[in-house]
Amino acid sequence: MKKFLLLAILLFVSVSIFAQESTGVDMATELRSSGKIYVVVAVLAVIFLGLAFYLFSIDNRLKKIEKLQK
Amino acid sequence: MLTNLIIMNKSWWKILAVLLVLFSIIGGFLFHVPAKPILNESIRNIHFHVPMWFAMIIMLAVSFVYSIKYLNKGHENDDLMAVESANVGIIFGILGLVTGMVWANFTWGEPWSNDPKQNSAAIALLIYMAYLVLRNSMEEEQKRGKISSVYNVFAFPIMVVLLFVLPRMTDSLHPGNGGNPGFNTKDMAPELRPVFYPACLGWILIATWITTLRFRMRKQENLLS
Repeated sequence: MKKFLLLAILLFVSVSIFAQESTGVDMATELRSSGKIYVVVAVLAVIFLGLAFYLFSIDNRLKKIEKLQK
Repeated sequence: MLTNLIIMNKSWWKILAVLLVLFSIIGGFLFHVPAKPILNESIRNIHFHVPMWFAMIIMLAVSFVYSIKYLNKGHENDDLMAVESANVGIIFGILGLVTGMVWANFTWGEPWSNDPKQNSAAIALLIYMAYLVLRNSMEEEQKRGKISSVYNVFAFPIMVVLLFVLPRMTDSLHPGNGGNPGFNTKDMAPELRPVFYPACLGWILIATWITTLRFRMRKQENLLS
């Protein structure tokens, strides 16, 4: 478990966030400056984590069935 | 078989899969991306659309290997593994196709522009769907296993040619075509890579996880019948 946490932390740290350069191309600078984009990221993270936990629970249920079978 | 059991009963790589994809969702939305005309913020789709294809190709490669194994040794489990990895590969392929159509609708102007890679991907998926139909058309296990394995062994190289060779012979709307992408550093901005590679690995691991779940379910079903 420790190894994973270390790996996760290293992954997050290794990527630095660059400042947005001003170009003629439309990017979602306003969405980011008003902070609302984080809401979307949070929602997606919750959905994905929910599905991941669901996968884990399916996995555990299968493990129980496999044990019963033996 | 022993290595299979070890891989399936340990959960560290499942946790790794979740962490990698979670990282790609956070990094994919928040990290800086190059500002490009037409693409705009939709460039971030690269962290979600492309890994679907990576997951599909790896699962179909797994299916190919297990089909060869089955033809060599004739163990029923190898056949089951070949089918289930093909099943999951097809699901990820469909997700890749649909996400690509949504993206294309807003960047190329229409969901389907008969781009060589789009057409090839659709044909490749149809070839694999035919594999499933072929399997389900036979009742007897040994016959079904052997014939569908032979089909699968031929389907994989055709898929590789369709996705990696033919689209590169002509102009394509997809980047990395009409050239040799392995040696071209201009195809993807380097700042996308720290999110893109973990995303690919994460989704490949998720696909593997679902495949092992389906395989184990199939085995239990077989024990019951």
